[in-house]
Amino acid sequence: MNPAPSVILFSTLSGLGFGFLAFLGAGALVPSGWAAFFLWGLGYGLAVAGLLAATFHLGNPKNGLLAFTQWRTSWLSREAWASVATLVLLAPVALSDWLGLCLPRGFGWVGAALALGTVVTTGMIYAQIKAVPRWHHWLTPVMFLGFAVAGGAMLAGSALAPLALVGVGAGLLAIWRVGDGAFRRAGQTMGSATGLDRIGTPWVFEPAHTGGNYIRREMIFVVGRKHAGKLRWIALGLASILPALVLLLPLGWLGVALAAGLHLTGALVARWLFFAEAEHVVGLYYGARG
Amino acid sequence: MTALPQATDKRLGLVIDLDTCVGCQACVTACKGWNDQGDGLSDQDAYGADPSGTFLNRVHSYQVAVPDAPPQIVNFPRSCLHCEVAPCVTVCPTGASYKRAEDGIVLVNPDTCIGCGLCAWACPYGARELDADQGVMKKCTLCVDRIYNQTLPEADREPACVRTCPTNARHFGDFADPESEVSRLVAARGGYDLMPDMGTKPTNKYLPPRKKGPGEASLLAPLLDIKTTGVAGWLDRMLGKLPG
Repeated sequence: MNPAPSVILFSTLSGLGFGFLAFLGAGALVPSGWAAFFLWGLGYGLAVAGLLAATFHLGNPKNGLLAFTQWRTSWLSREAWASVATLVLLAPVALSDWLGLCLPRGFGWVGAALALGTVVTTGMIYAQIKAVPRWHHWLTPVMFLGFAVAGGAMLAGSALAPLALVGVGAGLLAIWRVGDGAFRRAGQTMGSATGLDRIGTPWVFEPAHTGGNYIRREMIFVVGRKHAGKLRWIALGLASILPALVLLLPLGWLGVALAAGLHLTGALVARWLFFAEAEHVVGLYYGARG
Repeated sequence: MTALPQATDKRLGLVIDLDTCVGCQACVTACKGWNDQGDGLSDQDAYGADPSGTFLNRVHSYQVAVPDAPPQIVNFPRSCLHCEVAPCVTVCPTGASYKRAEDGIVLVNPDTCIGCGLCAWACPYGARELDADQGVMKKCTLCVDRIYNQTLPEADREPACVRTCPTNARHFGDFADPESEVSRLVAARGGYDLMPDMGTKPTNKYLPPRKKGPGEASLLAPLLDIKTTGVAGWLDRMLGKLPG
């Protein structure tokens, strides 16, 4: 699949933002005054920046509001609702922290749950797609959730953050291991795609078109595989191991900032791989398993 | 609405005969020609070095190694299969992608499409292409603007690809009617679904290429077993006795 910068930025930034908002909402960190303004602003800023990046992926964004209509069937529509509901519900909690209004924390707990729910809906957008076997697994939303929780814990300065970051690393190793065999397990071949397996073994004689098209550009992306192995180690080190180690050093907020920079870079690499390594079954028609 | 209809009154679709398709691409151009009306299907750099465009129908060519028979070239038209369980419909966040309850045709409403591309990701068959100029998704409409069009002569009230096919490799009809031409063709010729394990229950069916009989020996075969006589025969025997 084409690793478009818009969707990589969207899922990475909004995931981190909603993860941090969950910790702020749940009261894992209760800042006050201008510290509250900047910390809540960071959470909102990351979440909203991610959502804005997503709109750059749209070919026709002027109809964007219609994306709220199909929540009964569409995970993308559910994500739209969950994200807006989270941002609205947490607003009074953020104001309360900033202005010292001492509102009850109830909204915060509901908002925190919704924030994590939003991240799950993001993961389900990909996990629901059977035509991309690598994504079509429960580990996909778990991986998105893991990144959000670990990133949120890290920004919130939680003592559990190093453990959560190590958990992200374990999750990445698991999803890579499971994902590498996913296409084979899905059992689709050029033979089943064309049905020609009932008479023999097909292979491509001539492509359907010599020029590019949307299908090839969007669904048959093969550039990333060459360095996938190295990029996995880079993603694992930057997203998980290094920030976990940095957080264990007595560096205070400087350590959190350093860890956050490392983690976000690693998360972007991991998310790039998530798209670039995913193979769509339509590639079979073109003789590309990809 | 992006909820799928429980059942559709008709199940309109195509039968594609891989035995008779000659890969002439007439269906591709007829489709492009008919659907180029109105908003149309845009091309990019059509006459330049890197041409690219939106098509609703593509014809692939495969070579098939057939056990105990000569290999075959199979031309393979690929377009929307108007699936009963269409994954492209349920993923749509705006309701632009829908399946009609009356005849089962899967369509995109360009006025409500946001061009997110999720439906194209969800389709295992690559049936949807995002129009790069208009930013909205395009797909086969089964020529819904022909098949019910009372202003056209009756013979033209079928999809443009079917109407134009010079070898009659494409057939249009109602699969809900067991007596229809398409239903009878599927029953008689063993029409099949593409990637049935994807659970999409396609409406369109493909007819497999017919068995072409046992493999004929190579045209050169008689030359490979020449019985030589005279000097050549003597040389053949002598050389055959040499080691190596």
